[in-house]
Order: sequence, then structure tokens, then C-alpha cells
Amino acid sequence: MSFRTTLRGETFVFADLRELFGRANEPKSGDQLAGVAARSERERVAAKIVLADVSVAEILDNPMIDDDVTELIDRDRDKELGATIRGLTVGELREAILAPDFVDTWAGGMARAITPEIAAAVAKIMGARDLISASAPLRVTTSLRNTMGEAGTFGVRIQPNHPTDDIAGVTLSVLDGLLFGCGDAMIGMNPASDDVGTVIELQHALRAVVDRVGAPTQTCVLAHFTTQLAALGQGAPIDLLFQSIGGTEQTNRSFGVSLDALVEGKEQVLEHHRMRGDFLGDNVMYFETGQGSALSAEAHGGLDQLTCEARAYGVARSFDPFLVNSVVGFIGPEYLADSRQIMRAGLEDHFMGKLLGLPMGCDVCYTNHVEADQDTTDQLLILLAAAGCNFVMGVPGSDDVMLNYQSTSFHDAAGVRELLGLRPAPEFDAWLESVGILSQGRLTDGAGSGPMSLPLLGAFPELGS
Amino acid sequence: MTEGIGADPRNLPAARAADQLGLREVTPARVLLGRAGLGYRTATQLRLRADHAAARDALSVRIELDDPALAALSQRFDILEVATRADSLATHLARPDLGRLLSDESIEQIRSSCASDMDLQILVGDGLSPQAVIAQVPLLLPQLIAGAETRGLSIGRVLFVRHCRVGILNAIGDVLAPRAVVLLVGERPGLATAESLSAYLAWQPRSGHTDADRNLISNIHVDGVGISDAATRILDFIGEFRLRDQSGFTIKEPARPGPGRAVQER
Repeated sequence: MSFRTTLRGETFVFADLRELFGRANEPKSGDQLAGVAARSERERVAAKIVLADVSVAEILDNPMIDDDVTELIDRDRDKELGATIRGLTVGELREAILAPDFVDTWAGGMARAITPEIAAAVAKIMGARDLISASAPLRVTTSLRNTMGEAGTFGVRIQPNHPTDDIAGVTLSVLDGLLFGCGDAMIGMNPASDDVGTVIELQHALRAVVDRVGAPTQTCVLAHFTTQLAALGQGAPIDLLFQSIGGTEQTNRSFGVSLDALVEGKEQVLEHHRMRGDFLGDNVMYFETGQGSALSAEAHGGLDQLTCEARAYGVARSFDPFLVNSVVGFIGPEYLADSRQIMRAGLEDHFMGKLLGLPMGCDVCYTNHVEADQDTTDQLLILLAAAGCNFVMGVPGSDDVMLNYQSTSFHDAAGVRELLGLRPAPEFDAWLESVGILSQGRLTDGAGSGPMSLPLLGAFPELGS
Repeated sequence: MTEGIGADPRNLPAARAADQLGLREVTPARVLLGRAGLGYRTATQLRLRADHAAARDALSVRIELDDPALAALSQRFDILEVATRADSLATHLARPDLGRLLSDESIEQIRSSCASDMDLQILVGDGLSPQAVIAQVPLLLPQLIAGAETRGLSIGRVLFVRHCRVGILNAIGDVLAPRAVVLLVGERPGLATAESLSAYLAWQPRSGHTDADRNLISNIHVDGVGISDAATRILDFIGEFRLRDQSGFTIKEPARPGPGRAVQER
């Protein structure tokens, strides 16, 4: 069925939902690359106007792509509650979401009734402040070794990457981050090598640092999930099972991921946790996503990148993950061209994830071949903290020396916590206070002050042993 | 992996110990920076700006095979320059799809002057950091070729691909039908270094193959994977491919510490 509208005397026609969804997006270079973007600003707004009048039922009843992700999303949604919003238009749903009582409806199960495509549709007709204000009340709390996502908290993943996976170097980055109060979300390292032996060694090393300083947090080595499971099979301590995922079956295949294998992997990690027996909760999965990944794998199936991204969240949701991370500026200028597009995408992703009930975080970042700089990350970081984002990255001096891009730093994260009065996860917060890194929520004078601070953790003499 | 801090520093004050043990030498990461309030020290703030400026400017460097840095290498191996369908730097950055395809002219050139069905086809691509190619390829390529010869592999004519994306592996596979293909390509320039090279490896690549069918050795640069190590690891991977008649994520690198696979530019 086609859609049409007349705007200021000009008629716009959209062949089907898929075309309408693409045209209604805010500008993204990836949508232009895919040939699904609006061809004029007038057409973009015309598409938004048409989309606002499309009913939720229409979107629910007309899947835009036929694959295992669509099947999963359909299987996983609460159809009974979904029936109560079928009669709304996308525009009406936007207003319902902005109403003060929506948080109760959402917490009452509506999060599971909303599908990724619905979340994407609403995001397309929201402004930046809508995306922030609508997200802020939607708190998604998860637990593993600590509790992430409570109101008033703001988590940070320490990302201690190293170009040769040198354990002393990695350990120093971890300690540096802890001394800024970072690391409650996880100590999550991207290994330069996907070799099983290296991953095992890194898993043990990260666990050793965390145990030694006594920090209540989880560790993760972000190799391919099959490599992590191979490491698990050889005795490596796995807290979180990581995998990059996308919003189409074909994207996941390009990542070497089948949903069944991922389900099996989760079961293995849960079993491993039952044997280790020292976990608060059972949210064991950690996913990373990002607009443009489907197109990058030539696997978008004609869908726009916002919708593909939302569908990746549909995949994530079925695994009850501990955290989900939209790595928003990593992919490069062919998908998000500049500062403006990165900021918009970051806010959209966070909103859609929260609306769908995910513990959403964001790697606020950019690469050197995109039109953005540290001011971009400063701005998006503050906007996302205001939006209630579960966690961001902490990279030494913002510069990831292995993946070659810039993210947010320990300084950035600590600074924004203080600016907005946000705290780390409660268990981690208590630990930081107990070792003297924080005092009444503020970084102590001795913390984060270079080598002078290392004795606070007492772990430094053990570094090389 | 823990040299440099093996001494017992338990009795030293931290600052002195940190210096004495060369703590910051264990990582190129920007650790132990201190702070101004919760901001960077002024020197840190401006150093970040300076490094970003250098990385930005590095993007626009253009590789010429007859430049002094590459001329000898180019002559020695009779490197053939070909091009993708991305005909400018701007197009290259914005249109990865075009950077994965050979221009019609280049396809003709390759057909008429390169041997097909070889055991090993080596490609050099500018990718996103011409400086990485200039810095690493003159060292790596001779070692790689010497190693391949020692192992008795037949080797195709080396191609330099301008405005190259990783997907060019498939296009070359379609034209020349080699068994193993190695693409030495400049990674996105980082702040710490713009000289980091990646080697993407594929077994009998064809249209439709994806990253799942490829293997990667990244971070080939002075602070990362060394040249000899990179050459050996590439050749070891190729050995695995031949043995298993496939490449990709199912092939795990034979156990050895050091970089192998990372999320990179496609």
C-alpha cells in the first residue's frame, strides 16, 4: 500500500512502509549511501507528516523484511499489551510517550509490547529534546556483580585497550580508570588478538586486578563470542559474554553470529556462573551495535539505518542483557558524516533502546576521518547523561590506542558525574568511598592525580607479579 | 609480557616508583595525566588538539609509487597501480561501495598483465592512511614475498589499489581467482599513530563474501605488531587456509600472543 500527502501544494508519494521509514529519517550519510534517504528537505518532512498518521497496527502487521530477526521480534513481544496501542497513530504514540504517566505504563510491561519498528517510527518524528526528556524517566536496572541503571547513577566502562594486549599496560589503564571512579559498568577490553590463548590470559589478568583491589564490578574481553566460549571451556573466568550484533539476519551472519549459537552461549555462561556462585544477578550478556553496521555488511535489505539499529535492540532484548552499547561514531563518515549526525544518532539510539526496555549505554565517539572533534563528544556526553544513559566509555585521555578512535575519557566521565550530580553503581560507589577515591560523592584530592594516586589502590606493587 | 615492572617496588613511594619502573612505558595509552579540577591539564588539552590536527592532515596525503619512499620497492616488484570506482578522496570516504569495486579500466589492465590462479595474490591499498603504507609496506612486502617463496607458493603480480576498501578482496578474487589473497591496507589514522597497517586475509574470495570469511592482523606498526612477526603470521594463516580450505572466523590463529583480529574499517 502506498502513502501520499500534499505539503504546501506539492504532492509526495511513498511506495511502501520501508520507503516511508527511510525518507522520514533525519539526514544520515548512510541512508544516502543506501539510496533510502529523502531527496529533499521537503520530502523528509512530508514523510514525517505521513508517518505520524500511520497506525501502530499497520506497522505491526506489515514486517518490512522477512528473516530470523523479524521472527524473533514477533515471538518476543507482548501481543496482549500491544493490542492496547494498535489503534494509536505514531503521532499519538509520541504524545503518549511524552506524557508524565507514560513511565508507569512502560514499567507495567509496555516496553515489551513496543517493537523495534514502532520505536524507530516514533524516534523519526521526535526532536532532540523529545529524545532526551522521553528517555530520562525510563530506568532499566540490571545486575551481575553490581547494579546498573538506578535513577541518579551513571556508569562507566573502563576500556583499557592496548595495541599488543600487553598485560602490564592494560593493568595500568585499568588502575588509572578506577582512580577516576570509573569501571562500575565493566572493565571491558577489546583485545587486539582474537587468539584464544590471549583471551584466556586477558580474562585472568582483568579478574586478578579487580579481585585484588576488591572492586565490585564485572570484566569482559570483547573477542568474538565463539572465542570467549572457547576460553571459557579452557577455564577462563567469564563474567559477561560479549557480541556485536545487527538488525538483520544477514548482518549477524556477517558477524559470524547465529541466534541459536548465541542462546547456547548464554546458557553456558549462566551454568559457569552457577558454578562460580558469586553473582548478584543473571544479566550475563553484553551487546554492541551501531547505526550503519547492516549497510556496511551490505545486509540492510533496503531498510534505513535507524530501523536496522532498532531491530538490533530487538535481538538484544530477547537475551536480557546486562548492558547494550551503541558505538555511535565509530563506523565512519560514510554512515554518520559529521558531528550533527553523530549527536542525533546517539540520542535516537539511547531513546529507542530505553523505550524497548534495554539497559542502554553509548560509546560517544568519533574517528579521525569524520567531521567531528572532542567538542562533539563533550556535547553528546552531557546530553546523554541528562537523558539517563546507563553508561559510557572511559578511555585514557579519550584516545583508544588500539582501535584508533576517540571516545570519552576518565576525566570526561568523572566531570559529567559531578556536573549533573550523578553517582556510580551503588555497590561500586560504596567501594570507591571505602578506598578513598570518592568522598561524599566527590573525587578526593588524591584520586586521579597521576602516579601519586596509585597507592590508593595498593595494587600497584603487585602489577608486575 | 610484564617486563619493565618486574622489580619489587613495594618500598618505593608511588611517584618515584612509577618513574623508576618506567610505568608509562608499558602502554602508549594516555595514562596518569593528572587533572585540573575534573578537566585536563592545559598541556594535555592542547596535546590532544595537536595530535588530532596531525591525524586529520594525514588523511589527505596521496600515495605515488614513484615517490622516493616507494620507488625502489615498486620497481623491484613491478607493482601495478590500479584504481577502484571511487575516483576522489571525497568519494572514497563517502562511498565505501565504490571502493570495493575495480574500475573497468583496471579490470582490463589486470586481465592483460597479471597471472591468474596463483597461490598468493598480494594487494597494497591506501585505505584510510597512506602514511601507514609508506611506513610499513617497504619493510613488510619483501619479507612476505621471501617467506612465500621459501614455502614454495606461486605469487601473483603485486597490485597497488588506490582508494581501496577491504571488500576489494572479492573483486580481485573474481578477476584473478587466486587461492590466498592478502591486502595490506592503511588503517584509520589514530591519534597515537597514523602509521598502523592491517593485513586482511582471504581464501578464494568471491563476490558476496563478508568479514566473516576473512581474517585480520591489525596494528602493524612500530608500537604494535612487528614486521617479521606480521609476515610470519600472515604466512601461518595462509598455511591454515590451505589445510582447511577456508578462511574466516572459524579459523583461529595458531596459539601465539599478539594482535590478530579487531573491529576495523570495511
